[in-house]
Amino acid sequence: MSEWPLYEVFVRSKRGLNHVHVGSLHAADDETALRHARDLYTRRNEGVSIWVVRSEHITATSPDEKDPFFAPSGDKVYRHPTFYAIPDDVPHM
Amino acid sequence: MAVLEEHFERTIEKDRRVEPRDWMPEGYRATMVRQIAQHAHSEIIGMQPEGEWITRAPSLRRKAILLAKVQDEAGHGLYLYSAAETLGVDRAELTLKLIEGRQKYSSIFNYPTLSYADVGVIGWLVDGAAICNQVPLCRSSYGPYARAMIRICKEESFHQRQGYELLLTMMAGTEAQRSLVRDAVDRWWWPSLMMFGPPDDASPNTARSMAWKIKRHTNDELRQRFVDMTVPQAEALGVTLPDPCLRWNAERGHHDFGEIDWSELKRVISGDGPCNAQRVGVRRAAHEDGAWVREAAAAHAAKAAARATGSPDAAGRAATAGGSAAGAGDGAGAAARAGATA
Ligand SMILES: [Fe+2]
Ligand SMILES: [Fe+2]
Repeated sequence: MSEWPLYEVFVRSKRGLNHVHVGSLHAADDETALRHARDLYTRRNEGVSIWVVRSEHITATSPDEKDPFFAPSGDKVYRHPTFYAIPDDVPHM
Repeated sequence: MAVLEEHFERTIEKDRRVEPRDWMPEGYRATMVRQIAQHAHSEIIGMQPEGEWITRAPSLRRKAILLAKVQDEAGHGLYLYSAAETLGVDRAELTLKLIEGRQKYSSIFNYPTLSYADVGVIGWLVDGAAICNQVPLCRSSYGPYARAMIRICKEESFHQRQGYELLLTMMAGTEAQRSLVRDAVDRWWWPSLMMFGPPDDASPNTARSMAWKIKRHTNDELRQRFVDMTVPQAEALGVTLPDPCLRWNAERGHHDFGEIDWSELKRVISGDGPCNAQRVGVRRAAHEDGAWVREAAAAHAAKAAARATGSPDAAGRAATAGGSAAGAGDGAGAAARAGATA
């Protein structure tokens, strides 16, 4: 229906931070997608760097397998520092 | 199905956000699509009443401000179309529905802008009412909609303040300027109150939208909040709001105000306002006049892609790729659909 493909837009708001997904837009090609993203998502200096990617190129987890997909990390409490009892008088731990 | 529904109910109950690829009841999806599309259309049509004044701005400063404001409204429309697309609809389809009169937009934009004071009053009252409506929507249960609203609310404050400052300037000017402001306030006050929609007892969908946490307050609650916020601003500006019944009610802790002419709201919503035909006509013309730009850009992109791969065949493929584009990010059109039927 749409003549231009859909792109997802990611913006780094300042140096030192990750790019964050901010929304999407339609554009004829990658170059214009970047320009549209600048005009749409950074009108007030909200970004120092932009990524755009065709939405169809993103592979995502599926909602129905949400629980089983993330299950492997569910029972590994020993991956967290709070799992380990250390006497209170040991400093800097 | 029962498990999915229970998961959805629990998400709402715990005040968590529903995200694009989650299962959701068809009624919730349809309500969100309708609300987000109407909201997007309102932002886009909302560019027109003020946009008409860009070439007639009284100074370069006012012109730059008005351009930026109208450009923001375009941005708001696009944030919202982006959110709507996460529900499996296509924004080109929504635009068609708008210009064919099958989807609505806010009644307020069907009134004319008669002088530059209208630009100020729209910023003050219309954007002010929009802020009242939109701030609670930042906590709306549908994630992409709530996130779009946060972005929008950050920008609305500029809209309201530029309008109010414009009015302060005019009120400090000549008697002729002051009378333009008074006239604009008289014309926009009641339509602004109508922006909150029909009264609660005539708004059958409110209960369901509140249960789904799409809406957080009723129309009448928000309208009351707007009146209470606006009265002291009108005083500071030195204008009288055109309602003889408007007075502070110490018992209620709110302002009482007069009865709204609901027949007027009905008339304007059903297409018979002063500018309905003009607004939709301008939008349709913009869409049709822009067709060659969209086609040319698509053709250019297809050619460039073909040149890059060296295959003449790729050009054709690139040209049609847009048709099936519905990816898996937040804007997962096809994926959202798949989730819906899972
Ligand atoms: Fe807006
Ligand atoms: Fe606005």
